[in-house]
Amino acid sequence: MRPRPTAEIRHYLRTPKTLWCPGCSNGIVTRAIIDAVVNLGLDPDKVVVVAGIGCSGRTTAYFDFSTVHCTHGRALPVATGVKAADPSLHVVVVMGDGDCAAIGGNHLIHAARRNIDLTAVVFNNLIYGMTGGQMSPTTREGDVSTTSLFGNIEQAFDICELARAAGATYVARGIPYSYQQLVTLIAGGLVHKGFSFVEAVSTCPTYYGRQNKPAEPSEMLKLMKRSAVPAATFKEGAEFRDRFPVGVLHHAERQEYTQAYEEVQRRARE
Amino acid sequence: MPQPRRLVQGNEAVAEGAIAAGARFFAGYPITPSTEIAEVLSGRLPQVGGHFIQMEDEIASMAAVVGASLAGKKALTATSGPGFSLMQENIGFAAMAQVPCVIVDVMRGGPSTGLPTEPSQGDVMQARWGTHGEHSIIALVPSSVRECFTLTVQAFNFAEQFRTPVIVLSDATVGHMREAVELPTPDELHIVERGEPDCSPAAYDQVVSTVDNILPRPALGSRFKVHATGLVYNRRSGAPDTGTPAVAQDLGRYLREKIYRHRDDITMVEELEMEDAEVALFAYGSVARSAKAAMRWARAQGVKVGMVRPITLWPFPTAAVEYMADRVRTVIVPEMNLRQMAWEVQAAVKGRAKVVDYGRVDGTLIRPDEIEKLIEKEFHYHGFS
Repeated sequence: MRPRPTAEIRHYLRTPKTLWCPGCSNGIVTRAIIDAVVNLGLDPDKVVVVAGIGCSGRTTAYFDFSTVHCTHGRALPVATGVKAADPSLHVVVVMGDGDCAAIGGNHLIHAARRNIDLTAVVFNNLIYGMTGGQMSPTTREGDVSTTSLFGNIEQAFDICELARAAGATYVARGIPYSYQQLVTLIAGGLVHKGFSFVEAVSTCPTYYGRQNKPAEPSEMLKLMKRSAVPAATFKEGAEFRDRFPVGVLHHAERQEYTQAYEEVQRRARE
Repeated sequence: MPQPRRLVQGNEAVAEGAIAAGARFFAGYPITPSTEIAEVLSGRLPQVGGHFIQMEDEIASMAAVVGASLAGKKALTATSGPGFSLMQENIGFAAMAQVPCVIVDVMRGGPSTGLPTEPSQGDVMQARWGTHGEHSIIALVPSSVRECFTLTVQAFNFAEQFRTPVIVLSDATVGHMREAVELPTPDELHIVERGEPDCSPAAYDQVVSTVDNILPRPALGSRFKVHATGLVYNRRSGAPDTGTPAVAQDLGRYLREKIYRHRDDITMVEELEMEDAEVALFAYGSVARSAKAAMRWARAQGVKVGMVRPITLWPFPTAAVEYMADRVRTVIVPEMNLRQMAWEVQAAVKGRAKVVDYGRVDGTLIRPDEIEKLIEKEFHYHGFS
């Protein structure tokens, strides 16, 4: 998928300004979502973005689609209501790692279990950025945060594995460094009929980088590039320690929830 | 064509009222004594092209109701105390983002798991102030099966008119009670439909709701671009703005005034035998049924007792209580909690009459003879006239 020119992308933004810190990669992921929508030629009036609370949630004020900036962790159930009420909409759900895996973890597994046609894009920066650098469920063991000053002792979630195990039928992981691939992965989620889960591993130089190094935004992106291994060649084991697979990790066909509900309506009318 | 009289349960009447009001979405989580509403709607909604979904908890249920309403469907949920607590978060979002929706709370004894599943009126203050922050709310209290139907319809109408969450405060007695009723026919009902702003999308950005002209919220996916947010937002542009005190003040005032300035239209009160009453009973919900029986008993003894039954609990019918206070010497407030509304009555009475509170939190309905004793005591003290 070819990235669209910036002038065209800008057309889908309400404002040229964001509140994100210099060096934050949220802007790249935001752009990738627009790029995927534009590349697929979706009717922008039928695209709805629902997001929760945190740095990622602020995307709703920037996208010039219809947007819902709801409560913390509740983007998936709000989006479930939107999609069930109007299945003709393309519903993108933007979440952060805290949003998706901590406060909203229960909603994640149930949305995946239902296989409702939503495209979840998780801005996973491994930290609570908006509140100033506390550990999240994806903060790696040993990492320092303002609430794990002596190193995090909790195991991190692999949120892609979590989504897959719960029943998501499209699971992918991308990185802002590999922009074109990220656009393709998000587009794949939008096209897929079922619950799509795209983890966009992202960088928070201000709160994650400064506490864990490297702090330099470009160095963080380069480290991310070195850590990302194409899914086809990734294996478990010492050789791949501190590395993670990127690409489409899981793709399956299973009856989608709103389509199944049409059958319920038909039976109820008999 | 009148409907035939049939035996209907309160919760069933809520479900039928929702369908009649045009509700086409329900999300909920099983909890006694509200579950029948979900069960009935899981069958009825798909028949009328609507959608029923059982969510993973009450937080998600309320969230899905918000989402469905934003997508243009009239939506409701039903629950009881523990679930009502979990819903407060997104009830607050609905108040802030002005999302029309209906929440039915079939009250049972609390706090916490409390008394599953005996009747209570312990959530009346939670209905008003359950979610954090300054906000307004509308709450209606049915005391009969027929009212379970009509007030659910009314709740949807208010929700649409004022773009607000509306709470129907039923209780375990009213919800599980069966009465032979004639439910209203569709042509007997006034239904406020979900509208769309009467202008072009470009012009929509130039118009702003006023207290007397509340514009409908366009649906997600309509020709209007919608932004719904729980942040403080500029009422003109809809964009979040948390750095301008004047914007926050304007929104905060508006969210209150759009309901309070219409309180004469929203507050519904039933007055019985108040023309010559010396003592008034102030009772709502299932307790109002016992109060009514006690009042009839008193009248049969030749004792001048009247009754004021708030049908709208929030906004509080202050004017009706003030009027009552000017005519009687005593107001008796029996309720299945400990003084929650009695305090409110006292605040409105402002010392013009004596307020006698009588509360129960043991999960049993207040019986007519208990209220009769309170009346007797009152007249014994003052002497029968």
